Amino acid sequence: MHGRGGQGSVAAAYLLAATAFEAGWQCQAFPSFGAERRGAPVTAFVRVDQTQIHLRSQIRTPDVLIVQDDTLLQDERITAGLKSGGAMLVNTARDGGEIGAHFGCRCVNIDATELAITHLRRPIPNTGLLAALVTLEGRFALTALEKAVSGRFNGTILEQNLALIADAAAAVSAGAWAEEMSDA
Amino acid sequence: MREALEGSQAIARAVALCEPDVVAAYPITPQTHIVENLSELVAQGDLHTEFVSVESEFSAASVVLGAAATGARAYTATASQGTLLMAEVLFNIAGMRLPLVMTVANRAVSAPLSIWNDHADSMAVRDSGWIQLHATSNQEAVDTTIQAFRITQETELPVMVCMDGFILTHTMEPIDLPDRMAVRDWLPPMAFSRSLDPERPLSLGMLVSPDYFPEIRHSHHAAMQQALAVIEEVDTSFHSRFGRAAGGLLTVEGDPEAKVGILAMGSTVGTLRAGMAHYVEAGPARLITLRSFRPFPAEALREAVEGLDCLIVIDRAISPGLGGVLGTEVAAVLSQSARPPHILNHALGLGGRDIPETVYVDLLDAGRDPDAPRFSVFDADMTKLAPEDR
Repeated sequence: MHGRGGQGSVAAAYLLAATAFEAGWQCQAFPSFGAERRGAPVTAFVRVDQTQIHLRSQIRTPDVLIVQDDTLLQDERITAGLKSGGAMLVNTARDGGEIGAHFGCRCVNIDATELAITHLRRPIPNTGLLAALVTLEGRFALTALEKAVSGRFNGTILEQNLALIADAAAAVSAGAWAEEMSDA
Repeated sequence: MREALEGSQAIARAVALCEPDVVAAYPITPQTHIVENLSELVAQGDLHTEFVSVESEFSAASVVLGAAATGARAYTATASQGTLLMAEVLFNIAGMRLPLVMTVANRAVSAPLSIWNDHADSMAVRDSGWIQLHATSNQEAVDTTIQAFRITQETELPVMVCMDGFILTHTMEPIDLPDRMAVRDWLPPMAFSRSLDPERPLSLGMLVSPDYFPEIRHSHHAAMQQALAVIEEVDTSFHSRFGRAAGGLLTVEGDPEAKVGILAMGSTVGTLRAGMAHYVEAGPARLITLRSFRPFPAEALREAVEGLDCLIVIDRAISPGLGGVLGTEVAAVLSQSARPPHILNHALGLGGRDIPETVYVDLLDAGRDPDAPRFSVFDADMTKLAPEDR
């Protein structure tokens, strides 16, 4: 999970792990730490499995990449290690197909910042991206993400996030990545 | 109840389950989220404790020292430089034989400045006389924290629960937190035989002339050795009450027929375990997880290595000019065995260097190499160094 400090990359990793947990899976989420400052590139990792996870290394060969900020695509190494058949979800107004062709991988785009501004009035793209990912993969029910988000927010912010999740889920093709992910 | 929790959050909840009377902590870097989460629990009314936010780790340790001396159940947490700033007080706490629990979120010590994980901090206070228990996972850290409050009461020795900074403290994973009433039932109310009491005046930590000093050190050493049995008993009792153990003094897994063993402490064990399952073709190994670093379980270790030709000891700390700390101690203890294994000692993951799953294969390969050095900083890339520094 690639993002910039202040975009909620670490929170997104924890939320995705919590989603897996709500769906009855084992999970592990952790950030890669550097100097914690707004705008600096941040990487966070999530592992999910149906059996207990012992490994504690950073993920070098991910199945899926989430890119929260399209300016990070300027670094060509961003897809380094992505498994063949792996996929990338990018928060951008640009065309995912073109990005995918450039990096040689499947890529879906969603303008999660725009969605966040609409619903939250703040440019925090993380819940929208997670809703898109969960929908594309079809591995976890969207209700698991909703439960995970409910564990973190309440009141108006929760309602806004739930509406954002519904919109983001509707913006991508349900189960489009299901096949690739089934053997991941 | 099982929940997906960040390590620091889980530890705060575990501490709260033990209902400490006093929590004192320095809240700023290099502190973890543990005390931040504890202060939230206090603010929400979920934890009734005297929470003292202090201006330095020296003060944090001093406050819990005073609290423990009055018979209060006390807790603090630290990491890295904070542990070093506490050092003087830590020796005093142990020397006065006060019951106390502290989490050390293991992190490197500067210079150079590093915020990442290794064991240099708790190793620096290795000889302070504290019990030091290392957790391999957040579940073990939670369970060891609860056990530590009972161990410290039974032994009247302070207990340090060591957990890898970031690798555990900042990782979210499923945690089973015991039920509050069950912990209350299992953990006896705080009692300290030498607590300060105006009805029964007593001095602690007084000047001791050479006439008595060696005897005091001898009795401290004896008490630490007696603590070995307590650590095991408490883990057994916890297991029968809560359905899982947290590693006793040490645990042994893998192929019992293997001729090569790997010994490690902390979260490295998880990665080695995964590597062993993944790279079956690399050959079998016996994996030894040392939980009790102080007191050092010499006898249990001698049993654990029986039949091994080679033992690879992983250190996450270095004693410059000597080599690995743990490796050197293991070699010293095993030198008294009838047929000690050949010992190779490698420092890994210093200053937060990521330890990949393939390290299992690389370690076994190095173990087969007759020219392999007895000690190395295993993951150091010599090409990054000037020739004269290699």
